[in-house]
Amino acid sequence: MNKQLSRRGFIKGGLAGTVAVTVLKNKETQASGSFDGYPDTMGVIVDLSRCVGCRSCEAACNKEQGLPEPAEPFDDFSVFDQLKHGQKRRTDETRFTVVNRYEVSGFDHPLFRKKQCFHCNEPACLTSCFVNAYTKTPEGAVIYNQKVCVGCRTCMIACPFYIPTFKYSSAFKPSIMKCIFCYDTRLKEGKAPACVDACPQEALTFGKRGDMLEVAKQRIRMEPGKYVDHVYGEHEAGGTSWMYLSPAPFDQVGLSTNVPKEPVLNYVKGFLAIVPMVLTIWPALFAGFHLLSTRKDRIKQLQNDENQEG
Amino acid sequence: MQPGKKMLQAAWALALGVMLLAPAGVLAMDADDAPESVEIDSLSKFYGPVEFDHATHVSLAECADCHHHTTGTGPASTNCARCHDGVEEGDSVSCSDCHAAEPFGQENLEEMENPEIFHFDKPGLKGAYHLNCVGCHQELDGPTGCQDCHTMTEAGEELFNTGKHAPAGGGKKSGH
Repeated sequence: MNKQLSRRGFIKGGLAGTVAVTVLKNKETQASGSFDGYPDTMGVIVDLSRCVGCRSCEAACNKEQGLPEPAEPFDDFSVFDQLKHGQKRRTDETRFTVVNRYEVSGFDHPLFRKKQCFHCNEPACLTSCFVNAYTKTPEGAVIYNQKVCVGCRTCMIACPFYIPTFKYSSAFKPSIMKCIFCYDTRLKEGKAPACVDACPQEALTFGKRGDMLEVAKQRIRMEPGKYVDHVYGEHEAGGTSWMYLSPAPFDQVGLSTNVPKEPVLNYVKGFLAIVPMVLTIWPALFAGFHLLSTRKDRIKQLQNDENQEG
Repeated sequence: MQPGKKMLQAAWALALGVMLLAPAGVLAMDADDAPESVEIDSLSKFYGPVEFDHATHVSLAECADCHHHTTGTGPASTNCARCHDGVEEGDSVSCSDCHAAEPFGQENLEEMENPEIFHFDKPGLKGAYHLNCVGCHQELDGPTGCQDCHTMTEAGEELFNTGKHAPAGGGKKSGH
């Protein structure tokens, strides 16, 4: 009788534990979803009305990050005609930023858009990485630690902006290549990244993210009709350090308008919170269920054995 | 008449003129006083200095288009006029006196937080030059190519991997 009670007690305890863990986990994950970003995080406004497609930012990035020699000189503007698999140029292991040209109807001149990591407040790449290779620094940069990377490339799929790229030329020493906001050489010391310093048109404006947001909104307000009344990156993917101002609709300059307005983390945290619970509690719980359901059979078996013996 | 006396008379006449004109607020700097040409070289590194033909541009644009409110003609922008509606001539008319060569340095970033300063989004010197020059050149179909105004230096060729530093053999293509 005592044995039976203790077993039941064990199962009860297990169930209570499961509920407790679930409740606690929910509280924790809710807290992480309300993270508004570090208070003094830095940011950049990319103003497409100012960019003239000179590619100075690409050249500066190449030198600052010690990237390989480009296929074409940085003053070769025929690269804007390049299409690969029907798509415009994108960042890869040899270039952390590219400028693309967009012909938008209603404009008598083309628009140019610089592309690089957005440095999200709550990065999807970081969320998806199971070895914690990514870090969002208080300065705003999303940096990456090659030493712990196992080359699973989940971050490449997780990123809503298709930014992290894999260094296929060294697959056995896996490395993800992406813009790091010049963290090591500049941002850490409070300096603007190389591309921003190189831009002749000040199409890139650097400062505290909060100030940059104000700058962007002021530009919209001061020249009504010049810009689309939206700062791309204020809320996209839960807010990003790099934000865009555009005179043309964002989807016409290659920016996805389907990017959710909340961090990608919010879509997966429910699932991610369950994983440790499933791994620790379920084995004990279901083992308990199994023992309980087969208990009567075993008692019968024992009684039969006793009867046979007797 | 002695030359010294003539000079003195001229000075008196000028002083009188200034005194008469000043209250009327027409102390505007005359375009004829401006230099024929200006060498813009303070930022030259990857590109050489710009030989700016000031005389030609005087006939193409208003003083205030570039000098905003410092030459005594009043600002072109209504926003600037909210504070700088006087037409007084500034102590200096140089771009670099207002526009910082390092707009993203700590000093300027901290200045953004100062509520006393309305120039919240003032471009840096390089931005001011290019936004003003290229903006107008686009509107008036002036030259807009980088090397139309300044030639690339050796350091520039290295940065842009062009000229002497052009990629050999087409450079290295991406791995996939």
